[in-house]
Amino acid sequence: MIVPTMADMMAQGKQPEVLFWVGAAGSYDDKAKKISRAFVKILHQANVDFAVLGTEESSTGDAAKRAGNEFLFQMQAMMNIEVLNAYEVKKIVTCDPHSFNTLKNEYPSLGGKYEVYHHTQFIQDLIKEGKLKINDTTLKGKRLTFHDPCYLGRANEVYESPRDLIRKLGVNLTEMKRHKSTALCCGAGGAQMFKDAEAGDKEVNILRTEDALETKPQIIATGCPYCKTMMTDGITFKEKSAEVEVKDIAELIAEANNL
Amino acid sequence: MQYIPNILFAIALAVGLGFFVMNIRKLSRNIKLGKDVDRKDRKSERLKNMIMIALGQSKMVKRPFSGFLHIIVYVGFIIINIEVLEIIIDGLFGTHRVFQGIIGDAFYGFLIGTFEILAALVFVTVIIFWTRRNVANIKRFLSKEMKGWPKKDGNLILYFEMVLMTLFLVMNASDAPFQEAGVGNPISQFFVPLFEGFTPENLHIIERTAWWIHILGILVFLNYLYYSKHLHILLAFPNTYFANLNPKGQFNNLESVTNEVKLMMDPSADPYATPAEGAEDEVPEKFGASDVTDLNWVQLLNAYTCTECGRCTSSCPANLTGKKLSPRKIMMDTRDRLEEVGRNIDANKGEFKDDGKQLLNDYISPEELWACTSCNACVEECPVNIDPLSIIMDMRRYLVMEQSAAPQELNMMMTNIENNGAPWQYNQQDRLNWVNEE
Repeated sequence: MIVPTMADMMAQGKQPEVLFWVGAAGSYDDKAKKISRAFVKILHQANVDFAVLGTEESSTGDAAKRAGNEFLFQMQAMMNIEVLNAYEVKKIVTCDPHSFNTLKNEYPSLGGKYEVYHHTQFIQDLIKEGKLKINDTTLKGKRLTFHDPCYLGRANEVYESPRDLIRKLGVNLTEMKRHKSTALCCGAGGAQMFKDAEAGDKEVNILRTEDALETKPQIIATGCPYCKTMMTDGITFKEKSAEVEVKDIAELIAEANNL
Repeated sequence: MQYIPNILFAIALAVGLGFFVMNIRKLSRNIKLGKDVDRKDRKSERLKNMIMIALGQSKMVKRPFSGFLHIIVYVGFIIINIEVLEIIIDGLFGTHRVFQGIIGDAFYGFLIGTFEILAALVFVTVIIFWTRRNVANIKRFLSKEMKGWPKKDGNLILYFEMVLMTLFLVMNASDAPFQEAGVGNPISQFFVPLFEGFTPENLHIIERTAWWIHILGILVFLNYLYYSKHLHILLAFPNTYFANLNPKGQFNNLESVTNEVKLMMDPSADPYATPAEGAEDEVPEKFGASDVTDLNWVQLLNAYTCTECGRCTSSCPANLTGKKLSPRKIMMDTRDRLEEVGRNIDANKGEFKDDGKQLLNDYISPEELWACTSCNACVEECPVNIDPLSIIMDMRRYLVMEQSAAPQELNMMMTNIENNGAPWQYNQQDRLNWVNEE
């Protein structure tokens, strides 16, 4: 798989149209790496001129900020902004709603002003522009439910882009009782991903998995690497791994298009 | 002698309103203890929010049953209060139903008739509300923070409304000339038989008594607001106007931190430079919030506006899974502590004397703060745009930046970000390995 870096591009005197911000999860986490690869395949199929920062990319600082460490967040932000501005980046796409939110909303006042897209928005545009088609036969009729990532949904009110893509897959979308603005968190946000939960009577991801299982899905789709991990763990806990898959929308599109 | 009722009325009105103004001033002083935050921008958007959300109740009806009932009480409350205007004029000038002569029997009858129907609807609705709070097992009314005063407060408000509505109807029913006119009494006519056999004098006494208790009750209720969760009937308006308009995911970037980070990253900055004249005396700004005075005034306004409905808590993933965190409690604690600080200032001639307490630990525990997933469900749910999440975040900032008191695992996560640009312990040089791992 060919994934050009900004440094390569610059050496060749090229300026890619869009930067793919992979994010820490997309770079290191096994489940999330699959999302990154699926998205790159889609970018290739649609002939998108893109590049990544590679080893020059660093944590956006989202988790640090939400853990309360504003210092570390702003250090990370300023380092990243320096790199992004040096490459004269204008447009960024990412599969991680947390990076999406931070880059889009929290970097501008620190000097980083970019057009930022979540990959579901970006793919939606590719389809509108006629650069990509989704094959609606591969997954036809499968029962699917969509888990709204908090940082895509409530945080930025992107509810329709992922659903629009899901409808194009030809699947049978059944919404959970709590969805869109009332969706329940998967339990990973606010730096919870990196610590044990406080004492309680249940894990948040189990409660959310129960929400999803009520719809009797074959596929639980999401648009966030952290949500994917939490929901996958929930399905494993409920011993439903044989019947239910948890996938990012990019993975589903890559699968539908046999990429 | 004949002016004694008018004078007594004027005194009652002056005392009632005077006390209310005094409480509002205290309220405003307490809110101004908060830090400044600019909410003067985007005026038309703010106005639109206020009209839609506070006046139009658009977020209330997201839960249709309680939302619909709330609208009945809300509309009833506002419209029936038009009648208070007449009561005040009558009371001050010794007139009786002064509007009747001015606007004519038919229109007057229509107005009072509408008020009566609304009063009856409010009465029934308030009974449903009481049942929901006290009999039906609705989880959000049974949480830990709702024990004691908050529960009593909620019920007291309902009793107040029941009594006021009853008095309004009794006042109309015992008003013989009004009943004889036969317009505007669609509900009160059914109470008339209760007073059958009373002499006209006794009936008049009943009418006067109901009239007096009704207006005095309204004045007492007006002044009860400040001591109760019921302030939302006033504060919902400024609260929705001044609410955050940015995307919910956007957390503010602390400016004080930006300055320090810029200095750290500036290779030409001289760390040994002599500080500017007088700089030694400046108290360095505290990062984050450990007490109410570290919060901004909108957060404090939020606290006074909260009417403890608990929609936030009933949608909070941490609370739903049995953790201690309850966004409603965050707001109630903030308000209680702010009141305590206010009383302290009153007792010490306008100056706050350290009482060895603060919002953190004495009211809100770190365990509650660390359970938050920052998912914004509470912010989304609040029918009057209160933002409990911003308080949680400011307090986390204090814990981490002033006390280095993050949970151990989060410290590891942060060390990893610092050292290798990812929350996990991976080598920065392996950042592109995913490309070839199929």
